[in-house]
Amino acid sequence: MSGPILAVDRLSMRFGGIVAVNELSFAAERRKITALIGPNGAGKTTVFNCITGFYKPTSGTIHLTHDDGSTIALERLNDFRISKQAKVARTFQNIRLFPGMTALENLMVAQHNALMRASGLTFLGLIGAPSWRQAEERAINLSTIWLRRVGLIDRADDAAGNLPYGDQRRLEIARAMCTEPALLCLDEPAAGLNARESGALSELLLSIRGEHGTSILLIEHDMSVVMEISDHVVVMDYGVKIAEGTPQHVRDDPKVIAAYLGADEQEAIAVMESGT
Amino acid sequence: MNAPLPAPSYARTSGAAFILKKAVISALVAALLFSLMIGVRTEAGPQGNLIYWTRFGELASIVAIVFGGSIIIELLRQWIGPAGAGRLVPPWLQDATAVAGRWLTPALLAFTFLIPVIFYNERYILDLSILVLTYVMLGWGLNVVVGLAGLLDLGYVAFYAVGAYSYALLAQSGIPYPTFISEPPFVSVDFLQLGTWAFWVLLPVSGILAAFWGVLLGFPVLRLRGDYLAIVTLAFGEIIRLVLINWQSLTGGPNGVTGIPRPSFFGIPLTPGDDGLAAKLGIEFSPTHRIVFLFYVILALALLTNWVTIRLRRLPIGRAWEALREDEVACRALGINITTTKLTAFATGAMFGGFAGAFFATRQGFISPESFTFHESALVLAIVVLGGMGSQLGVALAALAMIGGFELFRGLDQYRMLVFGFAMVLLMIWRPRGLVGHRAPTVFLEKNQAISSDLVKEGHG
Repeated sequence: MSGPILAVDRLSMRFGGIVAVNELSFAAERRKITALIGPNGAGKTTVFNCITGFYKPTSGTIHLTHDDGSTIALERLNDFRISKQAKVARTFQNIRLFPGMTALENLMVAQHNALMRASGLTFLGLIGAPSWRQAEERAINLSTIWLRRVGLIDRADDAAGNLPYGDQRRLEIARAMCTEPALLCLDEPAAGLNARESGALSELLLSIRGEHGTSILLIEHDMSVVMEISDHVVVMDYGVKIAEGTPQHVRDDPKVIAAYLGADEQEAIAVMESGT
Repeated sequence: MNAPLPAPSYARTSGAAFILKKAVISALVAALLFSLMIGVRTEAGPQGNLIYWTRFGELASIVAIVFGGSIIIELLRQWIGPAGAGRLVPPWLQDATAVAGRWLTPALLAFTFLIPVIFYNERYILDLSILVLTYVMLGWGLNVVVGLAGLLDLGYVAFYAVGAYSYALLAQSGIPYPTFISEPPFVSVDFLQLGTWAFWVLLPVSGILAAFWGVLLGFPVLRLRGDYLAIVTLAFGEIIRLVLINWQSLTGGPNGVTGIPRPSFFGIPLTPGDDGLAAKLGIEFSPTHRIVFLFYVILALALLTNWVTIRLRRLPIGRAWEALREDEVACRALGINITTTKLTAFATGAMFGGFAGAFFATRQGFISPESFTFHESALVLAIVVLGGMGSQLGVALAALAMIGGFELFRGLDQYRMLVFGFAMVLLMIWRPRGLVGHRAPTVFLEKNQAISSDLVKEGHG
């Protein structure tokens, strides 16, 4: 199956009189990393919340096409079904782990739906049926694999709330991956990371794309990460798309620079010309 | 402009002026508050008129006590430092309690099993143990809702009442079932009499009915959190009680239900007659047999509750409950159905409440709405909070302290409540997250280490 995994078409989101997202259309390619960037307040997180079902968009459509060709209209699904049926996982701008549970438990919770089926809606699990035990074993194995991938295997039995900030970021990505998503949405995964940590993050995301074939949509302010790993960049400002293309293309777009510098387009062009 | 930073520990190192100021404010508040409560005494006179007299002496002494007490407390606070479990409990004591905790559970369990043997002739202790175990079971049941799922339920007694009345009414009438007749309305209701098996058949029925009511309560409160949830559950508890009082034709109203069948030893009644258990075993009948039997029934029920809860915690549903308590938004992002997760928590907790209610009814032989007041809900919730939310051992210890300890102070008469309240305040200062505050992980790779209560969330509803 080729073609974009996610197609957002004329998406609008209004909160009372405020138009947070206005007629936004873009597509995220399959097995590619798409970055959504823009100045603060551009409406990036609102788009994310619409895609992952936390908001119901005012108008517009969001279509997700799986590898088998089936298409799901995300704007019509309830919040938890987006992850359960549409296989879209997300992380949060301000980390939302389960701080009182261990790293391993966090990853086990992520496999809730698969485990729920295996435990015969709890009844088989309650009597300790062998099929349930095997399923639990498999779930622990998957969690272990991901803990190893993000370098947290030594801290598997530590409370998530006790982990350093960078580890918490990676654990949240591992937790999202444990839901075995087709599309992984990351809301500022590099926020608060130092240069070495964001380098490791870039590697992790590239390997997720490469080895698991998971498509990634990310919001990011750290341009070094965006430029290094993105295949496609969509730039937003004041709720509308102002540019899109390859990282190289977007970086040289005067509109983008104007939006980031808070200047108008002519000034930005002048700045660029004087600089080169 | 570089303003100097304020001194960081201004509250602790404050001088006499601060203490005095605080004491004066406390004394003023006390004077204001007690001027009417203690300063003026009113009573109805012989002709129904109002007579009153002043008691300024008592008022002055109370204000003086508050003034002095405030100074003492402030001095103590400066001496000890800010209240916090970590500071007040030295590490060696924490280690010691951890070691004791490992041995405490088996020791307590063994002792509980032997209570009827040791105290066979002490009816009072047996009765008290049954009461304590009933509250242990209620505490464990509510622990699923409050401790694991983090849903604050102030109306738990409603499910206790549903269980008790389900058993009492169905045991008296028999289980209704429809039969078909030849003339209109073609359907009539017959009652299946259960005889000596009543308790054992109706015990699961009571649990299921209570669980059904748990789901019924769960639906409207799904969107509510925290204080709002607490208020609605509180109201639900009151509604059930008021219905029980006012639906006279079914529940007998305030008179309650009498003559509830006693439990049988799996079909063999515990009576002095020829078909009783004593006669069949060829031993002399004693009313204590029934008490001992009841003791083991409630012990078995409580242990069942405990076992199921421990199992559930390690199943996906239990983990989802705890995850819900930790972060509801993250749960939704992980594809967990919040609705069913909350409802199953309510239903599971309610079911255990229903079991306990059926046991209560068969033990008492008489129930009335009096037994299902808000006080009971508050007591069970206090047991859960005091024990440490989510901790099975803590809840059992708290039930023992709350119910057993309460009996211990019976000699103090009216001051009993005072001692009790004081003890609770002290305990909450000493261990704000309950007796057993830490959380044990449900699954581990290498080392099974407890999680500090500082990290574990209490839930927002």
